[in-house]
Order: sequence, then structure tokens, then C-alpha cells
Amino acid sequence: MNEERLPLLSRPPQEIAVRVVVYGVLILVAIYFLIPLIVMILTSVKTMADIRSGNLISWPREITFDAWKEAWGTACIGVACSGVKGYFWNSIRIVVPAVVISTMIGAVNGYVFSKWRFRGSEVIFASLLIGCFIPFQVILLPMARTLGALGLSQSITGLVIVHIVYGLAFTTLFFRNYYVTIPDDLIKAARIDGAGFFRIFWKILLPLSTPIFVVCIIWQTTQIWNDFLFGVVFSAGDSQPITVALNNLVNTSTGVKKYNVDMAAAIIAALPTLFVYFVAGKYFLRGLTAGSVKG
Amino acid sequence: MALLSVQNIWKSFGSVEVLKDISLDIDSGEFLVLVGPSGCGKSTLLNLIAGLERITAGDIVIDGRRINDVSPKDRDIAMVFQSYALYPSMNVRKNISFGLETRKVPAAEIRETVQRVAEQLQIEDLLHRKPSQLSGGQRQRVAMGRALARDPSIFLFDEPLSNLDAKLRVEMRTEIKLLHQRIDATIVYVTHDQVEAMTLADRIAVMKDGTIQQFDSPQQVYDNPVNRFVAGFMGSPSMNFVQCRVVRQGAGCALLLDTGEGNAHTIPVGGEERRLDQWIEREVTLGIRPEQISGGSMNGREGSPVHELKSRVRVVEPTGADTLVCVLINGREVICRVRPEEAKGPGDVMTLMIDMSKAVVFNPETGERIV
Amino acid sequence: MMAMTRSRRGAGHTRDIFQYLEDLLPKIVLAPTAIAILISVYGFILWTAYLSFTKSRLLPKYDLAGFVQYIKLFSNDRWWVASKNLVLFGGLFIFFCVVLGLLLAIFLDQRIRIEGAIRTIYLYPMALSFIVTGAAWKWILNPGLGLERLMRQMGFADFTFDWLVNSEMSIYTVVIAGVWQSTGFVMALFLAGLRGIDDSIIRAAQVDGAGLPRIYRKIIIPSLRPVFFSAVIILSHIAIKSFDLVVVLTRGGPGYSSDLPATFMYAFAFTRSRLAFGAASAMMMFFAVMAIIVPYLYSELRRKRYE
Repeated sequence: MNEERLPLLSRPPQEIAVRVVVYGVLILVAIYFLIPLIVMILTSVKTMADIRSGNLISWPREITFDAWKEAWGTACIGVACSGVKGYFWNSIRIVVPAVVISTMIGAVNGYVFSKWRFRGSEVIFASLLIGCFIPFQVILLPMARTLGALGLSQSITGLVIVHIVYGLAFTTLFFRNYYVTIPDDLIKAARIDGAGFFRIFWKILLPLSTPIFVVCIIWQTTQIWNDFLFGVVFSAGDSQPITVALNNLVNTSTGVKKYNVDMAAAIIAALPTLFVYFVAGKYFLRGLTAGSVKG
Repeated sequence: MALLSVQNIWKSFGSVEVLKDISLDIDSGEFLVLVGPSGCGKSTLLNLIAGLERITAGDIVIDGRRINDVSPKDRDIAMVFQSYALYPSMNVRKNISFGLETRKVPAAEIRETVQRVAEQLQIEDLLHRKPSQLSGGQRQRVAMGRALARDPSIFLFDEPLSNLDAKLRVEMRTEIKLLHQRIDATIVYVTHDQVEAMTLADRIAVMKDGTIQQFDSPQQVYDNPVNRFVAGFMGSPSMNFVQCRVVRQGAGCALLLDTGEGNAHTIPVGGEERRLDQWIEREVTLGIRPEQISGGSMNGREGSPVHELKSRVRVVEPTGADTLVCVLINGREVICRVRPEEAKGPGDVMTLMIDMSKAVVFNPETGERIV
Repeated sequence: MMAMTRSRRGAGHTRDIFQYLEDLLPKIVLAPTAIAILISVYGFILWTAYLSFTKSRLLPKYDLAGFVQYIKLFSNDRWWVASKNLVLFGGLFIFFCVVLGLLLAIFLDQRIRIEGAIRTIYLYPMALSFIVTGAAWKWILNPGLGLERLMRQMGFADFTFDWLVNSEMSIYTVVIAGVWQSTGFVMALFLAGLRGIDDSIIRAAQVDGAGLPRIYRKIIIPSLRPVFFSAVIILSHIAIKSFDLVVVLTRGGPGYSSDLPATFMYAFAFTRSRLAFGAASAMMMFFAVMAIIVPYLYSELRRKRYE
């Protein structure tokens, strides 16, 4: 909006009032967004006695990290009582290969779809895109059966494969939309210079691809780390990712409910993606809007 | 034998025919310009010569060798693009040497070639810079350097100057012309700018809708256009077209030109060949260039192809060297090029001399040239 | 048109084998992905569809049994509850996300000095798993120790908030948590849309004498139509797929009062080993999504064609 940069107090009173309202609302809403996080942190450092006598936002009478230690190493989840650390590690073992492989394949696919189109390639691309939209419920049963037939049911490897396969549509879309913005003349010049399919990709496109790699990796990491559906269907016991473990912990019907441990575990589960978000937030946003403003 | 021979080329994209039966020959050292409006197929033809697109029918022969199925890298051609297409992640030196490296040319030879080319184009100081650090003109030179480094039989230019501002365009045009003379290169050059075409070409191919309208030297295309399209496309300001009635005058024919001042003038035309005889009492299109309608007087010019016209000035556009005066003839606006001191003001009646020696007459329906 | 004969493309192709392979390379590169998608998306959908026409329970039986599962589905009370919940949840979820998102975007577009920080705060929920969000809100809305306790300790002695364990209200807790998580995203979409509006149109309106609220109503919001559209489509998609949030927040309970089609499907297909029945519910979800997506894609494609 076109506003002159007058000092705040010398502007007309209605304008000051409007600014106050705007800032006020925005800050209140910000607090609303922050409260769950604050509550989680506060709860995780209180003792259960404290929790039972206080309220959501009461300051802890003493700050203790016992709940954290328990969440990490000794909390009982399912049949095991060794905290979430094993499941945290599982998630890493799932996320890293899935992200790396789906990104790499997506990059080459995007390259083909944008620079080496052939008859039928647009149809394949459209079919790929539609795959983004399906509710995964409709493939759970056959996939479970297939993984079983391959001997991969309830294994980390099986989950990795599932995430790769269903991540390909997004990664390909990201790279294809990005490479489309790189002028075709560049490819023509390289072809005249004698470069072939892979040399062009390696020497010319890849050096230009850092931004989209970052977006893709951040997006995939977040999606796969935060996934629950595939985790709960295709893994069990020792191979479960941390989201499944967290749900088991929070919804356990045996024993005394330990809310501080629950909250500590939730924060542990959230840390990696939160870290990625705060460090590389703007790429995250680019990924969100790039994926949704498609066509 | 021609160096490059384009023989009956047809090109379709799906069901759309983009090029229809194109044939051209270029001799070694010749500068051929393909010119025409957007969509006429000139860039497509260039891409076919380069091997970047597949030919639908016809043959392309370079140096006696049929190269329809030969990939671009083996055709001994180099191409300069409108967008320069410099590799953004490589510096100038690497941009120039990329093609040589791909072909596994020994390092020493590469270094030598890069040096030679850089000197030729005066870009030695820029070798370590990346394309984003160069100006438009510098990028264009690097693009040409990349082409030069390949030492090809044929250079292909695809509208290389369109992205430059007017002044730079004129400078680079001269450089390209000098390059052509210096290394006796064979060049196929695509542009939509007819001034570039006129100044650079040994021969021009004027294209429209996938066909070649005329393939001739610049002066011939300018003076003897084969149809109305070519006549109107070449020349700036463009040729004037006026519908006129043909009447009998004595033994020959004449055109009726009504300027709104006094009676209509009858101007003889058609010469000895009597080509307009079939058109008597019908309408034709007269084509006459602005520089053929000027000021001056009839003194000593009776009997020549120059005739006098009186007309009322509508708009005056001084360009410095001449002044363009707009008048009405047969209800159409006609631009005349007169000397600044002869020009009258808007609304005044002016005496103009119209030189019919270079006038052309077209069939108003087909656009074909009659006279 | 082509009365004349064209010369054939030369007798005998002289392309060598390497050239041929090189031309084939893009297709070879794409093949693994194409096959993977063909099987794991389209093949599996067909498989599930087939399954929904059988009587499979614990193990798949491949004799076709017609529409029997679908009939059972439509006479199943829990399915109706789940479907009703979806409409309720989906409608409220989309409504609040869009309204709040738009409002926040408009406010944030007012050249706020702390815009960067505010945006970061509004968007961080998107980085969280629905499980984490659900766990947090499950605690906040805990009957007894959560919001209710807080309000009472703040002086509102009669405040009760037992929605989590109240069968009438349990679905609304899912709305609360879902809106908290996704509003930021919608705001980001609208903000991008607002920023994409040409300034000169607004200036022209100001010269014409229009005040700010009028400009918003008549010019800005109408030009955000495509963003509305995208937002609704994406939010519907999220709503239909909602599974994680319900599982952790209410487990579909109490009973199955906050069930959604996704949790329904999981319960029957996996927990209760009624494969064909679960498959039928999955196919219903699929059709629901397609009913929204297909027209959208179609209209998008048509728009592109005419641009």
C-alpha cells in the first residue's frame, strides 16, 4: 500500500488507530500460535505433582529434565521400555536414504520432462501428477501385500521404498518446474558443442540447481519425517518411526499418564523438522508454494 | 558447388506445416540472411540446418555430404543465439572451450585457440569473468567467440542482435560484417529486422508463412520486389501502396491519382511492354517508395518519368536529415521524403515530384507484381 | 496443398547405433519411474477396487461378489458418522483456515516492520507432524488438567471443557488442532497472492476516490479468486486424508464419534481384518477426492490452453 513514511505520531489519528489494531491482532495471533509450543516446553520441565496442582501456563516450581531423560531412554512404548531414542534413530534411517534417492531420481526426471520431451512424455507427466493427489488409503492394502511378498513387510527398507515411490511425483514436479525456467537455448548450444544427455545434465544444469535441491530436500525431509500413515501401516515394533512411537506413548492405556514425558517426547520428535524450518525457512516456504501453485 | 544446399525442405510440427518446399544454395564465403515476420519459419529453418530439429522431408547437403541424420556436433557448424546462451556457471574461458573439451582437443591447443579468439574479439580481459558479470555487448562477443573457436564451415546466427539496444545493435552489426570480411566465413543469419538484412547480406531470402518469397541480392529485393509482401517488408519507412484506376492515355496506360487538390492527375506508366493493357478501367495497387516522391521543380524534367503533384500536407515528421511529409493520394496516406527546407507546414498545399521510374504495380488481389 | 511430390527422406537411414541409443536415453531414464508409478499408483488402485468387489476378510479372496461391500458400507452407522464428520470437519476446517488466513494475510500486507518474525511464527506449525500437533492439543484440551483447569484457576469457576471426551463435541477438537496447524499455510498463499496484485490498479482506484475498505472488497479480494480456489482444493485434500490428527487426538472416540473415513478404513482393513470392506471405504475416499480434483485440473488445463 502506498503510505508515506511519516513518523508514527505525526500521522492522522485514524491511521494510528488502524496501525495499533493491526499490530495488536497480529501479535495476539502470534501468541496463539506460540502457546502450544510454550505449553509443551513448560509441561516437559515440570514434575507430575507440579502438573497436577498447577495449570497449563503456570511457571514450574522447579525445573527438571527428568521427563526428558525418561522420554529419551526409559519410557515404555509398546512392549519395549527404552524411550524414543531407538525410534528417533529409525526415522533417520528412513529419512536419509528416502530423501537422497527420491531427490536424485526426481532431478533427472525433471530434466527429461523439461528438456528432452518426446511424444507421450506429457501424458506420463500428467499421470505422475495425478498420483500426487490420491488418498493413500487406496494403495495401503496392495502395498502391504506386495511388501510382504518381497519379504520387506514391517522393515525399514520397505518403508524407505514406499517413501521413495510416493515421493517421486513431488520431487519430479519441483525439478521439472525449475528446469523449465532455464532457457532451452542453453541446451541447444551445448548440443552443438557436442555434449550429450548426461554431460549436459552434469556440467550445465546441475551447477545451476542448488536452490531447487535445497527446497526439495527440505520438503522431502519434512514430509517423510512427519509421516505417520505409512509408518503405522508398514512398520511394527522395532522398525517404527518416531511419529508412530509418539502416538503409542501418548495413547497408551496402561500405567499412569505422564504428561511431562509425553510432551518431552513430542518435542524430541519435532526437533529435527523445527530445526530445518528455522534454519532454512524461506526455502521451506518456496517448496510449499511451488508445489501448490502448479498447473 | 554450393557449400550449403537446402533441397525441397518440408517441416511439420504435428499437423502444422511450418516450412513448405524450401530450396536455397549458399556458396562458400557468402553471407545469407533469412528475413521475415515472426512465425515465417526462419528460425525453424536455421534449426534444421543446425540439426536441432528433425527434417520432415527434403535434404540438407553440406559440402557434398547429405547430413539429414547427422547430429549437430558432427555437422561442422557453430551457432550464435539471440539470448547468447552462455553457460552461467562457467567463466568466459570455459564457455569458449567447452565444446573443444567435449571433443577431447588437447589442452595446449585449447589454450591457444581461446587466446586467438579472445584477441580477435577483444575480450582477453574478460576471460575469467562469469556471464552475469558481462554487459550485453560483451556477452554477444563471447557467444561469437565460442562459435569462432570451433572453426566451423558454416556460422549460424539466430537473431543475435535483437536483445541489444539500438546503438549497440548498430555497432555489433558492423563488427559482424567486419568478421565476415576478415575470415571469409560462410554465414546464415536470421533476423526480423530488414535493415540488418540489407546491410549485412550478400543475398537475402525473404520468407513468409513457411515459403521463400524472394531470394536475391539486397538491392534487387529492394528495387525489384517480386510481390507486395516483399515490397512492403523491405525499406523503412515502408513503401506506399495506393489503389488506382488504370486509364488509357494515348497509346499507353496511365494511373489516376487524386490528391484532392484540383483535378485528378493522370500519370503514365507501364512503359513499352504494355503490361497494363488488360487492366484498363480496373483497379491496381501502385507501389512507390517515399524517396521517390520529393520536392523540387519540373525544370528541365519534362518527358522524364518525373511528374508533378499538388497535395495538401497532413502531417510533418522531421527526422533531421530529411523530413517526412504525409499527404493524401486516392484517399490513402502517402509518405514523401523531402528536403527539410522544402517541406511545408500541415494544412498547406505542396508541390511534389513523383518519380515513376522505380514505381511498381501490383495485382490488388494476389499481390503479384504486374509492372 | 501438397500437389507436388516430396522427395523422400533419403534412401537408407545412416544413423548409427550410438545415435539411436542416445535418442532413446530420455525414455530409458524415465522408465523406472514410469513403471513404479504405473504399478504403485494405478495398478494398486485397480487392485483395491477389485478387492472391494470381493468378500475378502483376513485374506484376499478373488471371487467377485458385486456391490455387497458397498451396500454394507452404506448401511453401516459408523461409516455415516465418519462421513458426516468429514463434511463437518472439512467444512469448518476450510472455512476457518480461509477466513483467518485471508485476514492475517491482509494485515500482514500492511508493511509491518516485524513481518519476517510474524511470518516465521505463523508458519512453524506446518513444520510439525500432525502427531506432534495432536499430542500438544490433546494435552491442552485435556479435560481436568488442561484448558478447563487453566480457566478455573484464572477465575472462571464454572468453565468446563470436556470436548475431548464428549461424543458430541470430539470432532470439533480436531477442527481446532487442524486450523491451528494449517492457517499459516493459507495465509502464506494469500500473502503471495496479495503481493502479486498490480499496484497501479490500486493507485487508479485511489485516484478515483475509493477508500481502503472499498478497494479491498471490490478489487483486491475478487482478484484473489484463483488463490481461494487453490486454497480450498488443497485444504479439501488435507481434510479428506486426515488420519494422523484423529488417531492421536481422540482415536476416533469416544466410541467412534470423531471417526473420519481415513480412520474408518484403517480400523476395518487392518485392525479388524475385513479387507474387502476396508477396500470399499478406501475406494469411496478415492472417489471423493477425484470428484474435487478432476474438475479442478480440467479447468486449470483449459485455462492454460486459452492463455
